[in-house]
Amino acid sequence: MSGLSDSLLPVAILVYTLAMLGYAVEYAFSSSRGAPSRQLVTVGAGGPPSRTTEAEPRNRAALGGKIALVLTWLGAAAHLGTIVTRGIAAERMPLGNMYEFVVFGCFVAIASWLGIVTRRPNLRHLGLYATLVVVLLLGIAATTLFTPVGPLVPALDSYWLAIHVTAASISSGVFLIGFVPAVLFLIRNKYERLTAGVPEREVYLKFPVSLGAKLPRSEVLERLTFRIHVFAFPIWTFAGISGAIWAEAAWGRYWGWDPKEVWLFISWVVYAGYLHARATPSVRRTTAIWIAIIGWVTMLVNLFGINFMVEGLHSYAGL
Amino acid sequence: MVAIVRKAWRQLTSMRTALVLLFLLAVAAVPGSLLPQRGVAIEKVNDYLKNNPGAGPWLDRFYFFDVYSSPWFAAIYLLLFTSLVGCILPRLRTQAEALFRPLPDAPARPERLPVSRTFDGTAEDFAARLKKARYRVAIRDGAVSAEKGYLRETGNLLFHSALIVLLVGVALGSWYGWHGNRLIVAGPDGEFCNTLQQYDEYGLGARVGASDLPEFCVRLDSFKASYLDSGQPLSFTANVGYLDGAKEGTHRLKVNEPLRLNGANVYLLANGYAPILEYTDKFGRKLTTTVPFLNSDPMLTSSGVAVFPDANLDPATGKREYGQQIGFQGVYLPTKPADPSVGRSAFPTEKDPALMLVAYRGDLGLDNGIPSSVYSLKQSQIDSGRLKPVGEPHMLVPGGEPWKLDDGTTVRFLGTKSWVAVSVRHDPGEPIMLTGAVLLLAGLLPSLAIRRRRVFYRDGQVGALAKNEYPGLGAELDQLLRDKDASEVRV
Ligand code: HEM
Repeated sequence: MSGLSDSLLPVAILVYTLAMLGYAVEYAFSSSRGAPSRQLVTVGAGGPPSRTTEAEPRNRAALGGKIALVLTWLGAAAHLGTIVTRGIAAERMPLGNMYEFVVFGCFVAIASWLGIVTRRPNLRHLGLYATLVVVLLLGIAATTLFTPVGPLVPALDSYWLAIHVTAASISSGVFLIGFVPAVLFLIRNKYERLTAGVPEREVYLKFPVSLGAKLPRSEVLERLTFRIHVFAFPIWTFAGISGAIWAEAAWGRYWGWDPKEVWLFISWVVYAGYLHARATPSVRRTTAIWIAIIGWVTMLVNLFGINFMVEGLHSYAGL
Repeated sequence: MVAIVRKAWRQLTSMRTALVLLFLLAVAAVPGSLLPQRGVAIEKVNDYLKNNPGAGPWLDRFYFFDVYSSPWFAAIYLLLFTSLVGCILPRLRTQAEALFRPLPDAPARPERLPVSRTFDGTAEDFAARLKKARYRVAIRDGAVSAEKGYLRETGNLLFHSALIVLLVGVALGSWYGWHGNRLIVAGPDGEFCNTLQQYDEYGLGARVGASDLPEFCVRLDSFKASYLDSGQPLSFTANVGYLDGAKEGTHRLKVNEPLRLNGANVYLLANGYAPILEYTDKFGRKLTTTVPFLNSDPMLTSSGVAVFPDANLDPATGKREYGQQIGFQGVYLPTKPADPSVGRSAFPTEKDPALMLVAYRGDLGLDNGIPSSVYSLKQSQIDSGRLKPVGEPHMLVPGGEPWKLDDGTTVRFLGTKSWVAVSVRHDPGEPIMLTGAVLLLAGLLPSLAIRRRRVFYRDGQVGALAKNEYPGLGAELDQLLRDKDASEVRV
């Protein structure tokens, strides 16, 4: 079983990479400033969801995208297989070390992404970025984080593992997907500022601003970012609370400023800051989005920086 | 003056200030995760200070080793909470008023609102649909006003108030809570009772005195650990007996299963071996001591000292001869490595145990008032030559041959006992924290998920607007107009 799990992960990564290529084809051959973004406006503004994707300029592009989407589903199936078989092999929740945590979090990210495209097919071509980030993280997991299947250390042997770590990895996965439109918003926003009132041919755009041409309008990306974060924030809050309850049972205190706890707190405060910034009319949307991006940076610091560099009570969750 | 104060207050309670303070709080929390903290690992702080004589004291002066109890950290969160209170109070009032204030009149032309539809029915018909969808509804002069989603603001206020509850919980814990750490060696002799003198290390809340500690005693009956072949631990179980007031009992103490006594909880933190040494002095008297050794790696390579301050005390005169005290510095390997030069244990259980001892004779320096560690000999005594090594280091096995020193005295290694380190804690803030956390989530969910919106009807025209961003408003309105049975409308 553990061998199956270990070989399913490269399959998932490979299939995601192929999907990424499909999205790239769609991305490259669809027209810039084209139909997708304009349709999105009506969807985003709250009309009845439009299912008109036929206006896609070239069939080739659409075909690439459709194949990519199917591949993403297949990749997700293999990905889920990795997790399930590992859980069976280890006879426990497959969330006992950093490798398992990252693999699970990436699955949540892909699942959230598939959920989003199912509800809003027009966003399909953004799958390029979603799969890109997931492939990168899974690659790191498979190469540097890999740990053979094993039982839990006593400190993790508790039903709170299932509750706390699941919540933490789900919210991490969703925040990860929220990070994608946040960055795309910045690109698109810059693009919109530079091209406002100028015919497209007359502005010279450098990478990555040039990507903006094929992105949905900035309001759409901004709203998507917000919605994803609003979804993830309570789960992250719950992850913190359940972690505190577990810490009380394991270490005798619900909160002890262990490095991992510190960074959970920091991410929480930064994301709360994002929600505040977005609710404050005098704060620009770009500023709010930057706060969300800083939030994701703090999540990465917690996942990689703290596990690798700082020794704390959570160290066994490392490698 | 009043104007200035008022202005400052308004500034402090503005959302922008809250935002800046939140950001400051996040930034201020960072150094505490990069530098060692006294509250978490005091030894590491001391090491850091020793290794960084230049920067260390400066960092210390600015509380960088006590970040979370530092004045500047407290300043940020207290300002934030002041801002929070200043923010909540007026909003509480506004919300209470909103719940009781009559709904506003429908505008003359509802179709001008952000979302509008037509409805060919009467005001009463429309109002009935709204009521079924649990809107608050008023009919005035043939026009309908309706509102829904008050729970958003209520939830938001609950969420923010819960933050204050959490702060109260933390404060209570730090005033009335206490904790102590203690190492318990297995057996009736190792029993420990809950008084300050018996703790190796403790911390009392600001409002707790030594006499406030509840009475109970805990004893380690046996300890079991199991490991994978790789040495990764699988389980630790300490079977303990306790006397809590009049109640006597036993408990299987595990990492995630503390012993919850009346007034305090006992947590299993660590475990190790305590070698038992028997020293026969030159008068033929046998002195026995059991000394917990501290482990320095996951394979439980352990080190410590055994001292015999009363060794070679003349039984006739009872006079202490300082030059004749004896002490041993030891390293215990529960499983000897294949290559003896490695000097580290190969496995955490006692498969092939060995104790390496270095003997010292002379003045242990125990009476000169300088506090000494129970895990090492006094380096100053060794450096000054008042405590001298005797012979070569020697390896002993449990129950094996005694080691004969040059003066004819002997030392034997009888075996080991297990020890566990426990943390004993009492935090009266915990139930409040739990309540606060539940309220926090209970407030957060509606606050994020619910939108406050108004719907108006006048002369066949329906208009709606949401106070918060709500892309689904149009769809909700369509549903409301379409459905025969409006109760199916999703919130
Ligand atoms: C202790 C620090 C604070 C934290 C952790 C915090 C957290 C949050 C979070 C997570 C939200 C978004 C969820 C929700 O709508 O309930 C929020 C919303 C809000 N907060 Fe705070 N907050 C804090 C302090 C403050 C302060 C000091 C103010 C007043 C200036 C404030 C005013 C608001 C308002 C008005 C909203 C509603 C925004 C909306 O309409 O969506 N908060 N807060």
